[in-house]
Amino acid sequence: MNPELQGREFAPTAPYLVGREKVREFARAVFATNPINHDVDAARAAGHADIVAPPTFAVVVQEHTLAQLLAEPDAGIDFTRVVHGDQRFTSTRPIVAGDELTATLTVSSVKTLGAHSMVTAESVIADADGAHVVTAISTLVVRGDD
Amino acid sequence: MTDTVAAPAAPDFDALAVGDVVAEREFHLTRDSLVRYAGASGDFNPIHYRDDVAASVGLPGVLAHGMLTMGLAVQPVVDWAGDPARVADYQVRFTRPVAVDPEAGADVSVIAKVGQLDAEARSVRVDLTVTFEGATVLGKAQVRVVLA
Repeated sequence: MNPELQGREFAPTAPYLVGREKVREFARAVFATNPINHDVDAARAAGHADIVAPPTFAVVVQEHTLAQLLAEPDAGIDFTRVVHGDQRFTSTRPIVAGDELTATLTVSSVKTLGAHSMVTAESVIADADGAHVVTAISTLVVRGDD
Repeated sequence: MTDTVAAPAAPDFDALAVGDVVAEREFHLTRDSLVRYAGASGDFNPIHYRDDVAASVGLPGVLAHGMLTMGLAVQPVVDWAGDPARVADYQVRFTRPVAVDPEAGADVSVIAKVGQLDAEARSVRVDLTVTFEGATVLGKAQVRVVLA
């Protein structure tokens, strides 16, 4: 893959409106049973504006930035050879239903290890006021020819 | 405003010690779980629901999404912490795939232990051991929970 990708910053994604039913759907899919993920009264009693998304929900927004990376014409990333190496979410505050989120991707590193390449993609997710919500960092391993 | 639901209490930071098991849980995954996660997350890679595609790229079978395993493994910690908003940081390394049999499914077990305590920030690093068929499937699986 193209080593010149390192340091490249992409255009922010279109705003993603976090729907209450989407949060519940995602919560059910990851076996989240905490009432604060599902019940508005429970969330408000705990001091939140609306139901709180599970800790990995940001992947839904991050997905749009990874699509930008894979579609980049000079990236040279073959999707069928991509394996997810690691993942991290670092939050300033939780995502709640009603948030309007925008993600900005930066390729923080590109490394080659033998036939394989490793790309670290960092997506900074901010709310409608431009305040930081969560940073999602993925390392993707692109397997080389066998 | 009248509160009919009480805010959840946080665990007592001062009662915690490194090595304490704070949560433990078993999850039973089926192919239905994978389809449900595909729809909820938008990750429709066919290796997570088509046996023929999984076989054609040399996989041992249809695999659970790594992000599904990551997403469920933190849930026992969320329930211990009382509020999902107390999770400030969560990271994992994907070390082994979880193959989900069409009939038997797959059983994933999670043990969450206190790995480190930061008294000043009143935050706890909780280390997860996540296993499938006796082998760990996530490496360096760490959750930072703020109890302040």
